[in-house]
Amino acid sequence: MNYKDMQVKQFIEESSKGNIDIEDYHAKIFESIEKIQKKYNYFVTIPKRESLKQAKAMNKNKTKDKLAGLAVSSKDCLCTKGIETTAGSKILKGYIPPYDATVIKNIKDDNGIIIGKTVMDEFGFGTFCTNSAYGIPKNPIEIDRCCGGSSGGAGGLTTAINIPHIAIGESTGGSISCPAAYCGVVGLTPTYGLVSRYGHIDYANSLDKIGTLGKSVYDTALMLSTIAGPDPKEPTTINTKPTDYTKNIGQSIKGLKIGIPKEYFNGIDKDVEKVIRKAIDRFSELGAKSQEISLKTTEYVLPTYYVIATAEASTNLARYCGMRYGATEEIKGKFNGYFSTVRGKYFSDEAKRRILLGTYTRMAGYRDQYYLKAMKVRTMIINDFKKTFNTFDAIVAPTMPNIAPKFKDIDKLSPIETYAMDNLTVGPNLAGIPMISIPCGTVKGMPVGIHILADHLKEDKMLKVASALEKVLK
Amino acid sequence: MIDIDKISKIARITLSEKEKENFSKDLEDVLLWLKDLDKIKVTKDIEPTFQPIETKNVTREDIVEPSLEQELALSNTENKENGYFKGPQSM
Repeated sequence: MNYKDMQVKQFIEESSKGNIDIEDYHAKIFESIEKIQKKYNYFVTIPKRESLKQAKAMNKNKTKDKLAGLAVSSKDCLCTKGIETTAGSKILKGYIPPYDATVIKNIKDDNGIIIGKTVMDEFGFGTFCTNSAYGIPKNPIEIDRCCGGSSGGAGGLTTAINIPHIAIGESTGGSISCPAAYCGVVGLTPTYGLVSRYGHIDYANSLDKIGTLGKSVYDTALMLSTIAGPDPKEPTTINTKPTDYTKNIGQSIKGLKIGIPKEYFNGIDKDVEKVIRKAIDRFSELGAKSQEISLKTTEYVLPTYYVIATAEASTNLARYCGMRYGATEEIKGKFNGYFSTVRGKYFSDEAKRRILLGTYTRMAGYRDQYYLKAMKVRTMIINDFKKTFNTFDAIVAPTMPNIAPKFKDIDKLSPIETYAMDNLTVGPNLAGIPMISIPCGTVKGMPVGIHILADHLKEDKMLKVASALEKVLK
Repeated sequence: MIDIDKISKIARITLSEKEKENFSKDLEDVLLWLKDLDKIKVTKDIEPTFQPIETKNVTREDIVEPSLEQELALSNTENKENGYFKGPQSM
């Protein structure tokens, strides 16, 4: 069978009927990703042997429901039993998790097959996916541009592969939406707590959310149906019932009210703004009413995010000490000296920078000024979104202020200039609300993403709006 | 001026002299940028948000369940002896 350009929905329908040879499909998947890997570097690990073994076993299995043998890639921050997991860091080189993350387990239980672990910025520390110890993924549309971070490998792969596939990504401050926008695919970040983080290599616990990237809104809704739900192993998961999120696809959005925050257009690329405004104009023909609104706390989001995220990262990364897993050295000297040497040797510059910053803002004398203050401002940011959702069903804004930048321009950016690129994505991430980025046009041939945000646990509304807009924009 | 030696000691990261110089500058720039937080007026009724959603205690029956086997827990390191992790001297 020819799988080229087949949609995930069609693949699942055919496979569920027994019309797909799963082994043959996966052989073609590997043929394709090996070629893609040589050119673009989207994978840290490709566990071909294990995956083909699973495909063979599934072929014999008569019941192929749910994901029906679908190829799924996972960002390298999720533990996969028996498959090296590095979170993009040299300090975890060679780490073979003895267990699966709950998300991976759910995918396997639903008959999905993990085809590889995708490249990411080290521990998620980056906007352009240029901070990985395992090479830089290149944009599939223009190779001298970045994929966006930190789920860069996932974004690039989802665009480049033309055989049915869905990617798993993770967002702390925008790491799903950014690569989705820069690579021209759909990226869904769920409500904080909707998807279990058990087995995820943490960046910042109160911000990390596992989500998905696909070629269509349907694909991301399908994967969300598999990965969402409570987990006794993860105390911050929300007690939701099993939900088929694909039911929202194609539903009418007549009468819905869409808020367009004026602050999200401040300082963005003028050509990107034109594309976004043109897409927003399409809401009227869908019967939805769009209206300009103000999210006044937008100007606070960057410092608030960088204080909270680095403070939490600095405590999370304390576990990497060269003793129980990952990089190690000959054990000698005293406890602290040994740990400090290993960490100094194996963390990258950006990891060190963020750990040092997070350590500083939690230090006695500065904690109230930075950390506690940021936590209070976060409350104000959440209240701002909540107030808006009392009146509006969704908020729509540009995902990123620009198109994917070229590597030569990224090299010139200071840390602060890089952090400022997250201005449009960190607000909703701080609030833990769901968001989805869909492609809405191009500038200089590069994709532009439009961001749809909804209230906590209103993934249904978000998906309705996203799928309706996707349909008219196609 | 920030005390980079003190911060790196607390963070347990050994830095070279060049790194100390570079990170001192980076941190000073970033901290100046983060000072914007000082300008934000926060009223007394605003509580800090540690989790973006309300979390409830998750409890389960107190039943012993299998956990990670010792061999597997030790499978990712060479630093082991008699079923324990082996680490540097702590005292």
